[in-house]
Amino acid sequence: MTPVAEIAALSLKVSLWAVACSLPPGIACAWVLARCRFPGKILLDGLVHLPLVTPPVVVGYLLLTVLGRNGALGGWLYETFGVSLTFNWKGAAVAAAVMAFPLMVRAIRLGIESVDRRLETAARTLGATPVRSLFTVTLPLAAPGLITGALLAFARCLGEFGATITFVSNVPGQTRTLPLAIYTLLQTPEGETAAAWLAGLSLALAVLALGASELAARAARKRLG
Amino acid sequence: MLTVNARKKLAAFQWRGELELNFGVTALFGPSGAGKTSLVNMIAGLMAPDEGEITIGETCVFSSARGVNLPPERRSVGVVFQDGRLFPHLSARGNLTYGRRRGALAPPGLNEVVERLELGPLLERRPRTLSGGEQQRVAIGRALLTGPEALLLDEPLAGLDRARRDEVLKMLAGLGRDGRQALLYVTHRMEEVLRLADCLALIERGAIKAVGTPQELLGKPELQSLTGRRSAGALLLCRMERANDGDGLSRLSCGAGHSLLLPRLDAANGDNVVLQVGADDVTLALEPPQRSSALNVMRGVVERVLEEDETFSNVVVDVGQQALWARVTRRSMRELKLAPGRPVYATIKAASLFS
Repeated sequence: MTPVAEIAALSLKVSLWAVACSLPPGIACAWVLARCRFPGKILLDGLVHLPLVTPPVVVGYLLLTVLGRNGALGGWLYETFGVSLTFNWKGAAVAAAVMAFPLMVRAIRLGIESVDRRLETAARTLGATPVRSLFTVTLPLAAPGLITGALLAFARCLGEFGATITFVSNVPGQTRTLPLAIYTLLQTPEGETAAAWLAGLSLALAVLALGASELAARAARKRLG
Repeated sequence: MLTVNARKKLAAFQWRGELELNFGVTALFGPSGAGKTSLVNMIAGLMAPDEGEITIGETCVFSSARGVNLPPERRSVGVVFQDGRLFPHLSARGNLTYGRRRGALAPPGLNEVVERLELGPLLERRPRTLSGGEQQRVAIGRALLTGPEALLLDEPLAGLDRARRDEVLKMLAGLGRDGRQALLYVTHRMEEVLRLADCLALIERGAIKAVGTPQELLGKPELQSLTGRRSAGALLLCRMERANDGDGLSRLSCGAGHSLLLPRLDAANGDNVVLQVGADDVTLALEPPQRSSALNVMRGVVERVLEEDETFSNVVVDVGQQALWARVTRRSMRELKLAPGRPVYATIKAASLFS
């Protein structure tokens, strides 16, 4: 059995990468949903929220079909960049990112919607392009939402199980994150004590992430007045 | 220099109007909902007219005929909004330096603006710790620092109490005299118009009804419905000759050898003051009143007569360089045979200091 520290480190690595890589598209998605009006917006909204309501196993299966070595996108990725997502931690990060995406977008969207659009207008009259206005006014003012979104997603990634085990299986040191390790231990005789320890660790990490989110968002709100 | 000629269908009415602004302060005056803010938005590029043309300085920023519609960030215009709209996450300094220069005018230096608007002690503070007047001063400085060729002020003093209004007005008056940019000042307060404006544009239901100097427009009885009942009457530009002339009176001169005696006014010798003389406070006679209690009698010539209703007429009397406005009954009109060109003596019963 891999030592606890190694499992925790893998979980953290997978979750951190998942959050870091989904943050830019998450912000873009949230911005589009908060600020743009276009036909088909309801479709995009639905698509973003899909992982929230679909069984995780189904998401994992879909990822396997699309991103697996034989999948359309996965095959192309492998042939062009030599990147394979199957049975390694990168795939686990992808699975976690997809599952956490709706939570992240929801929180960031709320943050952006709470920014007074008249301030963006003011920025434009001061010579700021829409992009500069986004980065210097909207996003700084939406910081509480960004922080909450990122940390919620992080906590969700730490707990990701179904899509991960379906997409990248349960490979020790590669894809066996905390929840998968707990599951594995529970399948083995006399693994229960170790499982309990890991479960406690999971709980602690989740509480820590939520607490940090609340504190950071509160600090950001205070700073913004 | 700013010219607007635009049409726009709005919820309540059709906006249509032509306006040409030169240097100095042009006040846009009209009741709420008259379309004042819509005009500001069209000039700033926050709302596109349905058709027309808008030019700021030498640049055409909107033309429906040529398909031009520059975004706000490419128009050389500064906007000061009613609610200030300072960025809450930036200090006053951060707000001031946020803008980017566009257009031909070199922006003033930060130090110059800080000094002129007395922002020095505020620079490192966050907007939420500033008073309303201080916030508006920062907002004005922020707009000025982009070196706009047109500065649009959309009721910038609306949310402020009297003392704060005075504080900002004083600084705005200085900016207007400076005359580097065209200033459009939107307000529904006549007092602000009189203190600031070189030019007055009256707006009602999306149409510009009249443009001229404040003295000229406020002296026109037919515009009274636009300028407001409170301002009914003429404005006299006077100079304080002797603030204390004895008996609790002040002596003012108002050109063409006329002087006025009024209850003590709060102004120093040599100050320019604007007096409002209500049309109801002026009586007309064909001969100088003999042994009358009236102190102020001016000789003049009837310039125009405008009938108000079946009972009253408004008579504009030219008293040298300025005009008075008298509201008299139509019966008196007939008996005195008042018509343009007729010499009259105007007795002023009361006048109040405007602003």
